[in-house]
Amino acid sequence: MDLTRDRIRVIAGLIVVAALMLIIPATSIAAYYIAFLYLIFFWISMATSWTILSGFAGYWSFGHAAFFGTGVYTAATLATKFNWPFLWTIPASGLLAAALGTGIGWLVFRLQRLRGELFALITISVTFVVAAIISNTDIDGGSGVYLISVSMPELFGSQPGTIYTLGLFLCALTMIITYSVYRSRMGLGLFAIHDDEDVAEVKGVPTFRYKLGAIALASGLAGAVGSVYSINVSYVTVGETFEITTIMYPVVMSIFGGSRHWLGPALGATIVTVALYGFPAGPEAALARGGVALGLILVVLLLPEGVMPSLRRLWGRFAPQSLVPIRALPEPLVPSPRAEEAALAARHATVLECKGVVKTFGGVQALKGVTLDVRQGEILGLVGPNGSGKSTLINVITGHFRLDRGSITFAGTPIGELPAHRVARLGIARSYQIPRPFNRLTVLDNVALAASFGDGHGEDDARRMAAHWLGYTGLARKAFDYPPALNLHERKFLELARGLAARPRVLLLDEVLSGLNNSEVDEALNLIRDIRDRGTTIIFVEHLMRAVNQLSDRVAVLDGGALIALGEPKDVMNNSEVVEVYLGKAHAT
Amino acid sequence: MAHVSLSLLEQSLITGLLAGGLYGLLALGLSLSWGLLRLVNLGHFAIALLGAYLTWWMGTALDIAPWWAGLMIIAAFFVYGIALHWVFMRFGVTEMQSMLITFAFAVIVESTLQFMWTADFRRYETAWGTQSWVVGSLYVPKLSLIAFVVAGALAAATWAWLRYTYVGRALRACAEDAPIATAFGINHRALSFLLSGLCAAYAGVAGVFIALIATLAPSQIWAWVGVVFAVVIIGRLGNPIGALMGGVLIGVCEALTMAMINPSWAPLVSFSVLIALLLFKPRWI
Repeated sequence: MDLTRDRIRVIAGLIVVAALMLIIPATSIAAYYIAFLYLIFFWISMATSWTILSGFAGYWSFGHAAFFGTGVYTAATLATKFNWPFLWTIPASGLLAAALGTGIGWLVFRLQRLRGELFALITISVTFVVAAIISNTDIDGGSGVYLISVSMPELFGSQPGTIYTLGLFLCALTMIITYSVYRSRMGLGLFAIHDDEDVAEVKGVPTFRYKLGAIALASGLAGAVGSVYSINVSYVTVGETFEITTIMYPVVMSIFGGSRHWLGPALGATIVTVALYGFPAGPEAALARGGVALGLILVVLLLPEGVMPSLRRLWGRFAPQSLVPIRALPEPLVPSPRAEEAALAARHATVLECKGVVKTFGGVQALKGVTLDVRQGEILGLVGPNGSGKSTLINVITGHFRLDRGSITFAGTPIGELPAHRVARLGIARSYQIPRPFNRLTVLDNVALAASFGDGHGEDDARRMAAHWLGYTGLARKAFDYPPALNLHERKFLELARGLAARPRVLLLDEVLSGLNNSEVDEALNLIRDIRDRGTTIIFVEHLMRAVNQLSDRVAVLDGGALIALGEPKDVMNNSEVVEVYLGKAHAT
Repeated sequence: MAHVSLSLLEQSLITGLLAGGLYGLLALGLSLSWGLLRLVNLGHFAIALLGAYLTWWMGTALDIAPWWAGLMIIAAFFVYGIALHWVFMRFGVTEMQSMLITFAFAVIVESTLQFMWTADFRRYETAWGTQSWVVGSLYVPKLSLIAFVVAGALAAATWAWLRYTYVGRALRACAEDAPIATAFGINHRALSFLLSGLCAAYAGVAGVFIALIATLAPSQIWAWVGVVFAVVIIGRLGNPIGALMGGVLIGVCEALTMAMINPSWAPLVSFSVLIALLLFKPRWI
């Protein structure tokens, strides 16, 4: 289970393959084939770089042509107007395209509504805007730019050989970078963003930064690829650079091959390129384009995950057993006690404090100045009728909602203004009333993600830690299943395991018991008590009064967004205001 | 800018207003299927252009008058819209997948048009194509005005249909929450087929006017994407009157850019408006 060695082996393999392919231009192979191989490298680089943001994080971009085109024209301008040596234009093109990508990301990624098809729309618009600007200014002037006079570095023999080598280099670089992202904490975070971005943020994934990083890598690589393209065609025009095919093919190839796997886009790019450019230009080329589009429709409808996952399943069925990785649960890693937990002696010290917390939605005040202190090591029951503000309070504490007024302090640190992933890292975790697992990550990875981002473990340790918590919640047998295969009871316990894996100092449980039968409730109650005994402070929202009475050290009652009672269960339950809220006025006297 | 005369300004206002009618007509079907069926149909532009090519082909090669051609196209497209929706329902296609599939479909239409009639520009010459009414010093092209009136009539009729009839209210209820609407006895499937067919038929109407007014080339499909999406979002999803008004706004903005700055900057206007809207008014969607 040594992931680091796995990683080194794959990267070394990629480098060896690339090095071997360097020999090809030195052989007496026809120049046509060398040019064709360059074309394949070109599309592999485009499709693979596209997938870093769009395949992994699910932000489908139709703007790859904008970044590619920026690279093309940066190289053309620097080489013809400023007489830069050509090799230097490659990093420059990459950097400028990455700057454009990061700029767009910085504007767009902070808006929650701009997901899915709206992001796709904005990126396609950016492409046309960039094209219009280049076409209407001196960069192109509408007549295209000739690069014929640009001298090629004769590093690798002939000119086709040089272009081939540069293309191969960028292709290998793109694949190594994409693989490294895929196999890293960032990759896990991006996949979580794809499944449920809000939950990812609450589990400690710095979503904004990761998305920026992904778009910077994707656009930078596309830009660098554009620079080599410009010297290859030696005459660049806006029409061809920003052609609809340039916009479409990276998307098509990745989806075709499987955009959630690092190797999928390369596979798709190879298949599609061979299918497309096997035909000479002319009417047949138009038909071939239509054929590829038809292929895309069929793949989207019949193999929504792409070709690669199907191939892997086949491999798993027919390959020799020794070559199929054994999926054994990693050796559980029992967490060592935290320094803070040693401070259990300091029980009853305030760990979380809300002061005058106000949250409004439009004209509705969901929280009207809630002041509440939570003590180290206690179990605080949070009750109240539907719509009283319990869930809002949890969302405000975890940083999912911004608070409008008041302050929240956690262990002496003000957290009211912090983004959710920072709050998570400080040691506040939550579970969701309706379980919201990442549906396309295994149960093990779901928990490993929480351990990695909430508790700061590297991937190997995070998975071992996850194995421990799966054992603790009784889900070890389900480690390699996907969440949709779990029943409600198991999904609730997966929520719990994810909360625990972050090893929070404060755990917020939102109606974990609802929908469970009597014996399941008892099981859950014992588990919650045990969690507290290990030093975690628990706030739990619950409607089930039996559980509230049995578990809580103190009970807080919310009604209409205001705290109306706080104290020991028996005192609170006899409070006339509380009785009135629950049973009506007649009983309150 | 100082050189721009007042009458040129007025003329470009009229041109923009009438061009806006065509945008509105194209936006109508897209807005309804996105807003009420939650499907983003990039193929809408493709079939509108296909309709235009068919009108031109029937007119020039088979000598069929545009209104007869239009009737046939509208009927055929209505059936196509139903078939498309059947595919979407059969495979449980999501919003994002619908965008990819219809994008690929648009490419297929584009390459078919290119294969059949090459990438050259085509122009449908008719007796009334160039006729205009003269109002003072201004020219009002007859066909564009008719297109505008038809767009207005269709938008108003669709609005009234959605607002005042049982079918319209049921459709809006389904867009809000399909399972609940179904629980109240609304036949969601039948209604969505009807709507999808109508949206495609609207594309057919737009296609006939495009054939009569504009010059045709297969790549024209993509020129509309930004403009019409901007129109749909400005007009708010699923709102027929809004689609028309958004079309007029964008059309006028474009015409003014052409008259006052430079025609080649005009495409930038709609895309910039769309980007600005997405960034600053995302709640409108």
